[in-house]
Amino acid sequence: MTTPAKADSVSRYLYLFTVFFLVLSGFGQMPIFKRYYIADIPGLGWLAKFYITHYIHYLGAILLLGVCAYYITDYFMFNFKNKKLTFSGYFKTAVIAGLTVSGFLLIIKNFADYHLPGGLIIFLDLCHLILVMLLLGFGLYSLIAKKRWTVNRQDKIKNDSQNNG
Amino acid sequence: MSEMISRRAFLKGSAAAACTVAASGLTAAAAPAPSEPQLCTLLDLSKCTACEECVDACKEANADKYPQPEKPFPQMYPARVPVADWSEKQGIQDRLTPYNWLYIQTVDVEVDGEEIEVNIPRRCMHCVNPPCVKLCPWGAARQFKNGISRIDSDICLGGSKCKAVCPWHIPERQTGVGLYLDILPSLAGNGVMYKCDRCYNRIAQGELPACIEACPEDVQQIGPRNEMIEKAHILAKEIDGYIYGETENGGTNTIYVSPVPFDAINKASEYGKGRPPLKPAADSMASANNIITAMAIAPIAGVAFAAGKLFKQTQKDT
Repeated sequence: MTTPAKADSVSRYLYLFTVFFLVLSGFGQMPIFKRYYIADIPGLGWLAKFYITHYIHYLGAILLLGVCAYYITDYFMFNFKNKKLTFSGYFKTAVIAGLTVSGFLLIIKNFADYHLPGGLIIFLDLCHLILVMLLLGFGLYSLIAKKRWTVNRQDKIKNDSQNNG
Repeated sequence: MSEMISRRAFLKGSAAAACTVAASGLTAAAAPAPSEPQLCTLLDLSKCTACEECVDACKEANADKYPQPEKPFPQMYPARVPVADWSEKQGIQDRLTPYNWLYIQTVDVEVDGEEIEVNIPRRCMHCVNPPCVKLCPWGAARQFKNGISRIDSDICLGGSKCKAVCPWHIPERQTGVGLYLDILPSLAGNGVMYKCDRCYNRIAQGELPACIEACPEDVQQIGPRNEMIEKAHILAKEIDGYIYGETENGGTNTIYVSPVPFDAINKASEYGKGRPPLKPAADSMASANNIITAMAIAPIAGVAFAAGKLFKQTQKDT
């Protein structure tokens, strides 16, 4: 059995790996990789194969759901007392929640006999795209500005009192 | 213990876990909304004489839906992006184009030493679960509750993904028309995709699709899918024939009944762009849809992994 520290490390890399392939296969739902020669790069030909990107996107969604369930459970069981979500953490959580809900509805739509109104499908498609752009943009900002998902509650109190004092 | 697990924290964690597991069950709990039966056409190929009355009627009934491209077309980047212009070839009737949504495929098939001519009206199959609709990245292709799939020419950007994912590659593109001209005409999109919409507007008014109404030989009939399938089996038994479309791509709303086997038709046919084969077609949407169960299990695995970490931590602390 893995140690808790190792579990955190594995889950972090799994999260990054999942998001990477979700983004790649998600953009692959649009016919852009062939047009812009990206699928011509050796090893990336699969990006122009819509059924493959579709399947990989589903696999990524499965992994993301697992990772999210792990983090939510872990946060409330282990870290709720000592750690607090930052603004960055809240923002990214909300974006991922939005992606999950819109993605879930888009998956449901893909079954036979499920009919969502045309306007709703367009709204969901655009929502899904805008939310992933927000996640990418904010993720990059968090990386550059070193914004973390959580802070220690004690550290935050200390910092706040220093700032006020 | 650096991070003591209080009963309160444990209860919160358990509640979160319960919520996650419950949420994962949504997938299984979701059920299709009751819908009207899908409309299906049944085509008796032994009757078709290739008179092309249906083709002419289709053109006449749908003329106002055909593209009217603006020329010159915008310069597109990169240069590999193909221009598809059918506006100067609107009279073509021996293949599918944006101006010809139905054509007659004529095949001479030799069966038991006898040559039989089979004429097959070809157009969109209107799949029960159409990949062109389900995989359109913008929601430009839609399926009505009566099973008709239609590409909305006001929204389509002409990326041709619908054609790529269609087992028969039915939709055809016309460049220089549609929404892409108002967005980034050089960099994204390439026109609009066109295909048979089964005269959805005529059906909405209680009329028959033009091709069915015009046929002098009563090749086609239309009705609820289960009834048409029943009739197809009776007809196939009567003429000792073969059925295509009942199970192809998971089931379509176009059922052909032929006096000769479809693999013989396939072997004898000349296929190419705009002239789709009648080959076996596996359910395109099945492989991805079949892994949905894993989507319900994944959150449970995540919770179990976190619980394992808690168990390990508890063991370490005691």
